[in-house]
Amino acid sequence: MATTETNAPQLEANKNRQPQPILPARRNGRWSGYRHLLWARILELKREPEVVFWVFVFPLLLAAGLGIAFRNKPADITSVVVIDGAGAQKTLAMLQNSAARSTVRAIILDRDAALKAFHFGKFDLAIESNPDRSYTYYYDPARPESVLSRAEIDAALQSAAGRKDAVTTSARASSEPGSRYIDFLIPGLLGMNLMNSGMWGVGFALVEMRQRKLLKRFIATPMRRSDFLLALTSSRLVLMVIEVGLLLGFGVLVFHMRVQGSILSVILLGSVGAVAFGGVGLLTACRAQKIETVSGLINVVMMPMWIFSGVFFSYQRFPAITIPFIKALPLTALNDALRATILEGASLGSQSGRLLVLAVWGGVSFILALRWLRWT
Amino acid sequence: MGSPIECVNLRKTYDGKVEAVRGLSLRIDAGECFGLLGPNGAGKTTTIEILEGLLAPTSGEVHIFGHTWDDNPRQLREWIGISLQETRLSEKLNVRETIELFASFYNEPSSTADILEELQLTEKSDAWVGKLSGGQKQRLAVATALVGNPRILFLDEPTTGLDPQSRRQLWDIVRAFQKKGGTVLLTTHYMDEAERLCDRLAIVDHGVIIAEGTPSDLIDRLGGHHVVEFQVNNSANNNGNDSDSLDRWRSLPSVESVRREDSSVCLSVREPHLTIPALLDVIANDGHRLEHLSTRQASLEDVFVKLTGRHLRED
Repeated sequence: MATTETNAPQLEANKNRQPQPILPARRNGRWSGYRHLLWARILELKREPEVVFWVFVFPLLLAAGLGIAFRNKPADITSVVVIDGAGAQKTLAMLQNSAARSTVRAIILDRDAALKAFHFGKFDLAIESNPDRSYTYYYDPARPESVLSRAEIDAALQSAAGRKDAVTTSARASSEPGSRYIDFLIPGLLGMNLMNSGMWGVGFALVEMRQRKLLKRFIATPMRRSDFLLALTSSRLVLMVIEVGLLLGFGVLVFHMRVQGSILSVILLGSVGAVAFGGVGLLTACRAQKIETVSGLINVVMMPMWIFSGVFFSYQRFPAITIPFIKALPLTALNDALRATILEGASLGSQSGRLLVLAVWGGVSFILALRWLRWT
Repeated sequence: MGSPIECVNLRKTYDGKVEAVRGLSLRIDAGECFGLLGPNGAGKTTTIEILEGLLAPTSGEVHIFGHTWDDNPRQLREWIGISLQETRLSEKLNVRETIELFASFYNEPSSTADILEELQLTEKSDAWVGKLSGGQKQRLAVATALVGNPRILFLDEPTTGLDPQSRRQLWDIVRAFQKKGGTVLLTTHYMDEAERLCDRLAIVDHGVIIAEGTPSDLIDRLGGHHVVEFQVNNSANNNGNDSDSLDRWRSLPSVESVRREDSSVCLSVREPHLTIPALLDVIANDGHRLEHLSTRQASLEDVFVKLTGRHLRED
């Protein structure tokens, strides 16, 4: 047969080779497997453009978008409409000469147009001057700016009409970075990003490797299983440092945010958070055989925390009875600890309760995952 | 130290119902290339994965160099190298990184450069795994099995789906490993692979070994040396008394067995020069016309058909 003939020269060459003694070319230490697994994981992540986008670029875009949408206005201007009538011009003049003139923008419109514009939210307040020289305010108690406007305009009109202040007061403007929405948002996004990338980076990767039979191939070697899980989870730490640096750096450079606590504390919190969510990710993915299954599971696990854990708005808005449960969620603990550290400069020690919540979630998940993990 | 691989009365039942392996015993000697040959679904992969310690048998014993998988699994894993039937290695790592990753799991691995050269992957060492051809991927899979300096190499269907040249390259790699004193256990459903590569074979069907021996011994014992295949023009008339006519062919000189295959008749024959003249006489006397006649060396395929009445590859 033709195949035998083409084979023959190579076979001859093999025969001429001296049998080689099986000698080790090198010796590996205890942590060689762990180091290589970690490095391989990092290389894979680096070479996956989707990972770079979702882990690094997407949170920045989100922060930029939300930061711009909810930015504080330079000064709070209240816009009011004066309903056209006998005293309308006089009312307008009183407002424009009052102490509040710099923060009030007022115009006169006829009654229908004025009320319609007010109802559509174009004006915070509508003022009608009555024949008996009294005023009627149209305001919306559900709109904070409308309530504020009513108080402000009333004070302006009263003092223009001759009311004297009973005491002398003075006010000093203070709108420091630290109390704005973007300051609230950035630590929340940081926490959410650590959760997202921990759950996906560990859980999804695990199921993918199981589906490709790579897990089975790994356990066919002397590789220690704990090394593998440790490498998968701790690869998150490397990414975490980059994530934290990028988001905080973005906040500081673009929104002039101030980090009150030490960067080291933030990094340490981030590490505990990243590893805890890595553990939760392992547990979520410990049995799933298919990518589709694990995607659903990860979303089910994360969904309550997106809503309840104070990423975009404070969880204090939820009924008081739910607050203890919300505080027991790992993302709540992480977000609260990050906000306390970044915004208030809290020490790590003062966050020990929240760190404990994270450690319990991460530790218990990791142990259960090791016990239940399906390798094949 | 015991023999490299030994198992006694292995059984594996999935979900309490499907019996994949039904009492299988084997003993493989050092330096031997042993093949499990059988059709898809015969229980080859289940058997090899039990021997590899990746699957627990329902009952039976496995000894690798005299140790069981419960004794010291880490040490056993140092001694064996495995290529699974289907593993998709990380596509975003290159060939060298993949080999070094696997090398890092073993105490005393070979040097990556040697393995690359041995498996003819040096040129591809910087290529991502995702960009390799089927044959290159399979060589890389075997490279990850060899990098730990194993004493036993397990290969599950190593050449399935490969082109002829890639298959020969892999055979050379297996032979080179054997030459260095290694023991090989492989599964295959290719009879040519079993015939050329294996020192000894077990033919597996429905979870049991139905024949065992060297390829030539199996062929001699069960297949006859030669196969004479012929077709006559009146095959339609024979439908009614098929067994009668088969008996007639069996009574020809030097014929060991007869089977019908589609419209042809296959005779397993020891000495064709005795059989063929007699065969031609019978056909001429009956007034039939010979439409086709060929002779060939008997193969493992013939052995399998003789034993089971089926072909190795039914597709």
